[in-house]
Amino acid sequence: MSVLVDKNTRLIVQGVTGNEGLFHTTQMVAYGTNVVGGVTPGKGGEWVLDGKLPVFDSVKMAKEATDANASIIFVPARFAPDAMLEAADAGIPLIICITEGVAVQDMMRVRNYLDQKKVRLIGPNCPGLLTPGEAKVGIIPGNIAIPGNIGVVSRSGTLTYEVLYAMKNLKMGASTCVGIGGDPVNGTNFTDVLEMFEHDPKTEKVIMIGEIGGNEEERAAEYISSKMTKPVAAFIAGQTAPPGKRMGHAGAIIEGGAGTAADKVKALEAAGVKVAKHPEEIPTLLQ
Amino acid sequence: MKLHEYQSKTIFAKYGIPIPKGRVAATAQEAKQIADELGGRVVVKSQVLVGGRGKAGGVKLAKDSAEAEQLATQILGMEIKGLPVRKVLIDEASAIDQEIYFAITDDRAAKKPVIIASAAGGIDIEEVAAKTPEKIIKVHIDPLLGMREYIARDVAAAIDLPREYWRDFTKIAMGLYEVYKNTDASLAEINPLVITKDKKLVALDGKMMIDDNALFRQPELNEMRDTDEDAPSEIEARKYGLSFIKLDGNIGCMVNGAGLAMTSMDVIKLFGGEPANFLDVGGGASSEKVAAAMRIILTDPNVKAVLFNIFGGITRCDEVARGILVAMDEVKPKVPMVVRLVGTNAEEGRKLLENAKMITAETLADAAKKSVEAAKKGK
Repeated sequence: MSVLVDKNTRLIVQGVTGNEGLFHTTQMVAYGTNVVGGVTPGKGGEWVLDGKLPVFDSVKMAKEATDANASIIFVPARFAPDAMLEAADAGIPLIICITEGVAVQDMMRVRNYLDQKKVRLIGPNCPGLLTPGEAKVGIIPGNIAIPGNIGVVSRSGTLTYEVLYAMKNLKMGASTCVGIGGDPVNGTNFTDVLEMFEHDPKTEKVIMIGEIGGNEEERAAEYISSKMTKPVAAFIAGQTAPPGKRMGHAGAIIEGGAGTAADKVKALEAAGVKVAKHPEEIPTLLQ
Repeated sequence: MKLHEYQSKTIFAKYGIPIPKGRVAATAQEAKQIADELGGRVVVKSQVLVGGRGKAGGVKLAKDSAEAEQLATQILGMEIKGLPVRKVLIDEASAIDQEIYFAITDDRAAKKPVIIASAAGGIDIEEVAAKTPEKIIKVHIDPLLGMREYIARDVAAAIDLPREYWRDFTKIAMGLYEVYKNTDASLAEINPLVITKDKKLVALDGKMMIDDNALFRQPELNEMRDTDEDAPSEIEARKYGLSFIKLDGNIGCMVNGAGLAMTSMDVIKLFGGEPANFLDVGGGASSEKVAAAMRIILTDPNVKAVLFNIFGGITRCDEVARGILVAMDEVKPKVPMVVRLVGTNAEEGRKLLENAKMITAETLADAAKKSVEAAKKGK
């Protein structure tokens, strides 16, 4: 058991013939992920990975031929909204969008449409999912994490790698690592994932990695204090970021004093969460 | 990206939103000429990308064109919150009965656009929002349906706008939503939207912010970018697709990933240092990009040490190491460098840097400590 992805995941890759798509498909297959097909409009009928993986013209065709139950998106930002809508319309229940730089208004339209279809979206602008030993659906390096009982959820990419690596060095493993992405409008938030971990028998403890901007960490703190029985440790990035400056992520903006690191740390600590001073300290808080 | 008032209002006018007659001027002579054309009685408004222009003395009423010239001279010589005033907008003066606040922006929590309106508009709107939040109306718009006329009428009723103005208000609301949608704005704000003494609704002031991620389909807006506000190093970084923000400390930072970059700054501070910048080289950074990043960091004379923290994923550590070597060859830095490479091709990267006389570190905490020590010695 784990959340979102495991051995039973049948994954297709949208943008499979692009540079990034092909590189990461190779990595995912090498990890043991069950990748069943790829999609690139205009390249249907071709094969990639030395003739092992079929390419389809549309998600609908790929779904019909492979019975895929998840799709990962590697297409450029201007095509990503269409790719997400296409996957949802083809009846794919789980969509993971790695693409960075999707326009906010596009994401609002996509999210409102996907909600009507009851489709689960992870991302965009995220590193994807990793259930160590079972499935890697995204770009998290597979060798930095080992299987275990800690659920990890994060808004960041490389910072998540840092934490997984620190866990591995202490021989602590992850049940599933979920990168929800740093964009202001995304598919899945902290609370959604905390709820999944709370109900996942394999997950015994949880690490949450937040950052400045927005109020998802504060909402997560409410959920933790009212509903969660499993221990949670956290880290908030951007404690020293000057207010009003964008630190790369569209989501990491301090809006009118709300969403500061101090507010988030306070809310989490009040909910009984141990908050680390630096990322390498997080796993030790759960030892 | 922020737009100036005059740019925002020009866009409003294209969508049928009434604005005062006026034009932008870069010199006092031009200002006088425009004031003459407008009949003399005008408002001289500084065009800088910060709020609180009026309170800083950057917006003044002139009774005739001679006074407009004199005020333009004065305002064009000003700095507002550190930004030089390079342009003034000369607008015909309006006789005002009431000031309304009306804006459309992203509500990220609701994942929908939201209308924000208030009968108590004007320069004190933030105080109104803080002290009397009941005077602020918020209505969400379904992004799949867009603005509907009945929503505009509901807003008009909620801010007690007299019924005689509802038809015009609805047109303005429909127009402002089209502005918001078609320009990929994250904010389209009219403050104040005034009712004039001759019973007209006019957008007296406007502010817009455009989603940087959507600029690929907004070439006209992209050309309007005013870089006055940005440090030269930030403009240079943008050219290379680097996310860079200059700060006041003395430890230069180069990191891949925004979250990890912010965290590296946090950890430097935790161990008693001060970061000189935020710099995210991004995923899959090439050696050219890394070299550009390093040149930008080292042009800051405050920098006494540089920390490289690279966690390879898409980014390959050997590629980063090559970029560092290219830049070191070119810039010949005199400050100590602390480097930490982990993840994809880290071993190859470390080998490349073996002869480069860099301080190496295993963990992030270790790297931060070493860079803080190095910066102290460099003083």
